[in-house]
Order: sequence, then C-alpha cells, then structure tokens
Amino acid sequence: MLRDITIGQYYPVESCIHSLDPRTKLTGTMVFLLSLFITKSVAGYVIATIFLAVMIRLSHVPFKFITKGLKAIVFLLILSVSFNLFLTDGTPIFKIGFLKITWEGLVLSAFMAVRLIYLVIGSSVMTLTTTPNQLTDGIEKGLAVFNKIGVPVHEIAMMMSIALRFIPILVEETDKIMKAQMARGADFETGGLIQKAKAMIPLLVPLFISAFRRASDLAMAMEARCYHGGEGRTKMKPLRYTALDKKAYIIMLIYLSLMFLSR
Amino acid sequence: MKMIKAAHIFFDYIRRDENDNIEEVNEALSDLNLEIEKGSFVCILGHNGSGKSTFAKLINGLQCPKDGTILVGGMDTQDESKLLKVRETAGMVFQNPDNQIIANVVEEDVGFGPENIGVPTDEIWKRVDASLKAVGMQAYRLKSPNRLSGGQKQRVAIAGVMAMKPECIILDEPTAMLDPNGRKEVLKTAHELNKREGITIVHITHYMEEAVEADRIIVMDKGRAVMDGTPREIFSRVDELKALKLCVPQITELSYELKKAGVNLPEGILTREEFVAHILPMMKEAARKRQ
Amino acid sequence: MAAIIKVDNLTHIYQAGTVMQSYAIKDISFEIEEGSFVGLIGHTGSGKSTLIQHLNGLIKPSSGTVFFKGEDIFAESYSLKQLRSRVGLVFQYPEYQLFEEDVIRDVMYGPKNMGFSDEEAREKAIEALKLAGMNEVFYERSPFELSGGQKRRAAIAGVLSMEPEVLILDEPTAGLDPKGRDEILDTIDKLHREKGITIVLVSHSMDDIAKYADKLLVLDKGELKYNDVPKAVFREYKELEKIGLSAPQLTYLAADLIKQGVDIDPEIGTVEEAKNEILRLLKGE
Repeated sequence: MLRDITIGQYYPVESCIHSLDPRTKLTGTMVFLLSLFITKSVAGYVIATIFLAVMIRLSHVPFKFITKGLKAIVFLLILSVSFNLFLTDGTPIFKIGFLKITWEGLVLSAFMAVRLIYLVIGSSVMTLTTTPNQLTDGIEKGLAVFNKIGVPVHEIAMMMSIALRFIPILVEETDKIMKAQMARGADFETGGLIQKAKAMIPLLVPLFISAFRRASDLAMAMEARCYHGGEGRTKMKPLRYTALDKKAYIIMLIYLSLMFLSR
Repeated sequence: MKMIKAAHIFFDYIRRDENDNIEEVNEALSDLNLEIEKGSFVCILGHNGSGKSTFAKLINGLQCPKDGTILVGGMDTQDESKLLKVRETAGMVFQNPDNQIIANVVEEDVGFGPENIGVPTDEIWKRVDASLKAVGMQAYRLKSPNRLSGGQKQRVAIAGVMAMKPECIILDEPTAMLDPNGRKEVLKTAHELNKREGITIVHITHYMEEAVEADRIIVMDKGRAVMDGTPREIFSRVDELKALKLCVPQITELSYELKKAGVNLPEGILTREEFVAHILPMMKEAARKRQ
Repeated sequence: MAAIIKVDNLTHIYQAGTVMQSYAIKDISFEIEEGSFVGLIGHTGSGKSTLIQHLNGLIKPSSGTVFFKGEDIFAESYSLKQLRSRVGLVFQYPEYQLFEEDVIRDVMYGPKNMGFSDEEAREKAIEALKLAGMNEVFYERSPFELSGGQKRRAAIAGVLSMEPEVLILDEPTAGLDPKGRDEILDTIDKLHREKGITIVLVSHSMDDIAKYADKLLVLDKGELKYNDVPKAVFREYKELEKIGLSAPQLTYLAADLIKQGVDIDPEIGTVEEAKNEILRLLKGE
C-alpha cells in the first residue's frame, strides 16, 4: 500500500515544470487548490481541467504515473461521493427504500469527486516534479516571513528533510522487526481487534527505541559537523527566481482571475 | 607539532533515576594523557567500555571532560567561542553509516558541513567536488544514500568531513558494522587521505588487522592508555593483549605460538611476507637435514 | 545421518512479473544433516538473508520448496508457527527486537506465543538464559540497560527458549568487540556440542567458519557456488576472490609456502593447524 502513494515521490525527467523554482510550484499548487474551492460552475471546472491538463503535458510525467496516486484515495472518494449522493435534499430522481438520489445530490457529488481527484493530481504534479530537498528548501525560503513571528521555519524544513531520509529506513526496519518477532512465534494477522493491537506492542516498542537511538545518533553527527541552527548558514543550492518563474506567476494570475470570473 | 594534546583527562558517565538523583557513576576516562602528532596515522584499540569512544567525543567537543584539558590544534575544546573551529579542525565519522547522513542526495550531504560554517556557495561546490574525488565517490554524487553499500556510505561520511577542510579526522569504529569488503574500502580511503592530503587520522577500532599499517597504536583499558607504540612493538606483547581480551592478527599469533614452541622467530611479525622470509630458510634447512 | 532440512530447487524472485524482476535466490538445492554445523557465506546482497528466511517459512518461495524432517513446510496444512519453534532464527543485530520490561519476560515471549503457561515459559526462559551464558543478576534487569554483548545473549536466549532443533544465526557477532565475539561463538559451539542443536551460521569471517563449521555453503548472486567441507572450499581461494570473498588468512600462508616449494598441507585454516603443520615440517618428520 505504501508503494501506491505517489505524493512525495519524484519522477526524474527534464521539463520546464521541473526547472521551476520550488517556491513557484508551491504557490502554483496553492493557487490551483484555492481555485477548486472558489468555483461552483461548470465553466470553472472546464478551465481548471484545461489548466491541469496543460501542466501535466508540460511536466513530461506520464499520465498513468500521476493517476497511480489516486489509488490511495479510492476509499475516501467513494465515501464522500456516497454521502453527497444519498444525503442531499432536493428533487428526487429515484428512490429505493429509504435511499433516495436527488438531482442536487448528483451534481454535488460529481463536483466533489472531481474536486478531490484534481486536488490529488494537482499536488502530485508538484511532488513528482520537485525533489524532496527542493521542496523543503522552497518551504524554508517561501515561508521565511513567518520567522519574524517566531515560527521556526528553518527547523521545520530541516525536520521534514530528515523525515524524508529516514522514512524508507524505518519502513525497512519495521519489516525486519516484524519478521524477527514472527520467528519467535508472533502472530500479527489473526485474532480480534484488541488481540491484534496487543500483538503490535512487540513491534512498536523496538521501533520507537530504534527511532530514538537514530535520532540521538543523528543529532550528534550533525553537531559534529558544526550544525548550530539556521543562523549564519550558507546554501549549496540557493534558490533563485528565473524568467521562467516570472512567466509562471503571470499565468497563475491569469488563471486565478479567469476562475474568479467564472465563479 | 602536536595535533591533539590531552592532559589529565577524567570523565564520568552518570546515571540518574527519575528524580535526578545520582544512581550510578561510571568512570569512562581516568587520568588519560595523550599526545598525537600532526600528520600521523594513529590507531586506538580497546574493547567496549575501555573509554576509546568517549575520548573521540571529547576531541570533537561533543562532550566536556570532568577534569583536565584537551587541545586540538592548540585550541581548548572547552572554550565555547572556539567550538565550531575545533569541530572544523577535527572532524568525526561515526559507527552507524545510516545515522550520520543527513541529506537525501550524496552531494548535498557532503555540502552540509560547509553550509553550517558559512562557506560561500561557489566554494562549497569546489569543496564538494574535491572531497568526493578524494574518497572516490564522484560517480555517486547524485544518488540517494539509501542506495549505497555500508562502505560507500562511510566514504560519503568521510567526504562530508573532508569538505570542512579538517586537519584531523577521528574515525570512531567506522568499520564495526561493515562487511570485509566495506572495511577494506574505508581503511584504504583513510590511509590515502593520510598519505596524499597529510591529514592526521585517529582510527578507533577493535579489528586488530586494521591496526597493522598504522604509525602508532594506543591500547586503552579502563579509561587509560595502557600500551603505546608502533604496531611491531604492540603486537610483540601478545600475552598482555590477550589479558586485555584483545586478539592479535592471526599471523602474529602463529609466530608467537611457534616461538613458544621453540622456533627461533623475531617478535611482532605482522605480515605473511615477513613470516615466510623468516620461516623459509629454517624449513629448507630442516629438509636438507632429512636427506 | 539424516537430513533435517532439505532445500529443493528453491527460487525467490523479487517483484515478479514486473520489469524490475530480479532473482534473490536461484534454483538452490542442498541438505543440512541433523547435528551438523553449517557455515553460510556470501557477500552483502548474495541472497543469504533471503535464503535463511525461507528455512523457517518467513518468506514464501517463487518456486521450489523446503522440507523439514521430510515434510514440505510450504504445504497448505503445515503449521509454520510450530515450525518456527523448531527452526529458530536469530536475525542480525537481534537486540533490536527486545521489547519487554525485563530480560526474563522478553525471553518468555516465544514460549508464550507457542501456548505455554507463564510458569512453563519461565522455566524454559531460565533454561535458555543459562544456555546463552547469561548471568542470573541480569534476569530482572531491563534489557535496554545491558551492554551490547549481554543484549545479544538475551536476544539469542529469546529464540533458544522455544527449544529449537535447528538454530540459524545471521551474523551473530556483527558489531561486537573481540571479547564479545569470542564469547558468542563459544556459546554457539557449546550449543552444538553439548545440546546437539544443528547450527547454521551466517558469517563474513572465513576464520570463524574454519574454526567451527563442518560444512560450508557459499552463495554468490543468489546461486549456490559451493556446498562442501570448508577445507575443500578454501582450496578454491582464487575462485572465492573472484566473487569478492577470501579464504582464511592462514590458507594464504600455506599457498605462499607452497609457491616457495615447501611441501605443506594446503588445507590449513586455523592457527592451531598451521602451528602443528609447521612444527612437523621443522622437525623433519
């Protein structure tokens, strides 16, 4: 299941989307997500569809690869669609027992589904074209203004970057501990909910201990390499806006105005 | 010139209970006195709990001694204002290859140290290039550390230290978790940096074979340096090493056993070549007598 | 002697059916005799870990199978849970699996999973801790307060408490200092000699294999390269080097001396053997 999540995965090809500054892509994604929530008309969704299709085209990431990310939200999708479909009041189309489907419900759930799908695809386009490091750099620099009100932006970005590095290691470790306990006769599959939860203790305790040990090792290694917070740090790969980013911002502005007009 | 000067070092590990009361005090270092020459390759041997890793952390200023002083390149490690400079001068590589790589791309990890000490961007790139080249990892610069072998990860960690342009590198059991090939890789890299770039190497290990090529061996036990000398001197004292629960390279042990059985061999034979050179004439002699 | 474990044309493919498909182990067959001490060697990524996890059914093969005492362990009706108590597997760095408040309770985990009562489990745990050479003062201590070597003993006891007939250990000495290394290997040797437990020792050290094993399996890129007595394998040291391994250090000494025209046994592997052989030559017998 973990393999199905495309959010957070990077697809290494060259494209103009890939070479955009991560801050631009972050803003772009925000703008796109925002636009999905302000529009309620069919025209608005048509514009959003065209915009998204163009972006995917430009990104050179195969469409199939992007839609893989949708697998992870199928359950959520079905749930929210059925809620809207069956629980919206209005003109009934047909009725089976206590279940009724209304015209309003149909429209609402369709919009809902499209919105959810676009949300995932939109954010996937960003993560697939941006390395996790660029992303954290983008967040660090893009949110630097919040530093002034006491938000530890550098530390948050550093934490994200470290988390990204250690997730695969911890996933592997989980698998190893699980097998080691199975070799001692543990059973993670059968039994009721409580039994299953109890069976997790021999897995979770070692995992937490290992994570803490790694964290303390890493903290020491970072200190040994002169890490002392964000102050006075230089960057190996500093972020710089290019002409391409300017164009992207103009396109975003046009898109957002169009969406407003079609509201 | 002395790279590291440690005088009368004491260090305790204190274990406290929930209420912060002292439960147990373990003396890790007790009146340790050591000097390490600039440009030398020194091996520190000792079993777990002998204080060797504690000493490494003190050199890097990760911990402060209870008593005594350590000078790194003339700087006191307890002087707060010099701390970053101390760490820049004496870089450190740790045991677990996974738990010391910070970035998700090899080259960015190598750049981490220089970023921290405020090196300008252009200069960082130059240093990263040079450091990756020095450890022979240029081909992997854009790879994720998770895809590397243990030996390669340790070489990246060494490159990360090299990028800070240190005068000295402390390797704290960098080979303990590696397979034989990884061990060889890391050791070879350390020797190359010592010879080519003149970097002082303090290599902490419990693999005796790794100490054979060092300039000097220091054996630690119970927080003190109990033996100090060239590999030949140290490895000729097989009984003492065994008493300290350390083993000697097999070829040395064989020579020692043969000597005990009355064969006339010199003390502290370290290599196969040496052994063959000494034993061959004796064997030929014996063969002649037989005929 | 009867084969306690029989591996029959075992193949395991990673990500089968995709473009990424690769062989972890490929068409491996061998037998492990009851009461033997088998060494398993191969460099990182050779498929050692995958292979041993098949032996107690933690991984299912893509094709082929494993027999334990003549029974197919991957057959539908076979109880893998029971098998795991009979074929004990100690993972690499096993101390990372410790989780209980004190050592003895952690060691009781296996027997309790097997359905034994607290009392029976405690008895088995004490027996196992003794076998693993654990000092009684540590039984009630938290496993996390122990030293590296002691933690490892506790973890090994955690598998021994299920009273396995076969004990598989994946690099049990990794990361330990020489003292810890010798102690663990001596413990394993004792289990083999005194308790008659069949041992499969995965190791990187040919010197250790030379000292303890009576059979040696060599894996390379998922294939079984050698399956013979250790000495016969060491004689092939040039071939071993080609696959990134090497023979024991003293085998090379013998080879050097042979090159110089000395009529020495080419199969020496340990200090003891080398000493006796050289003394024999010097005395001119």
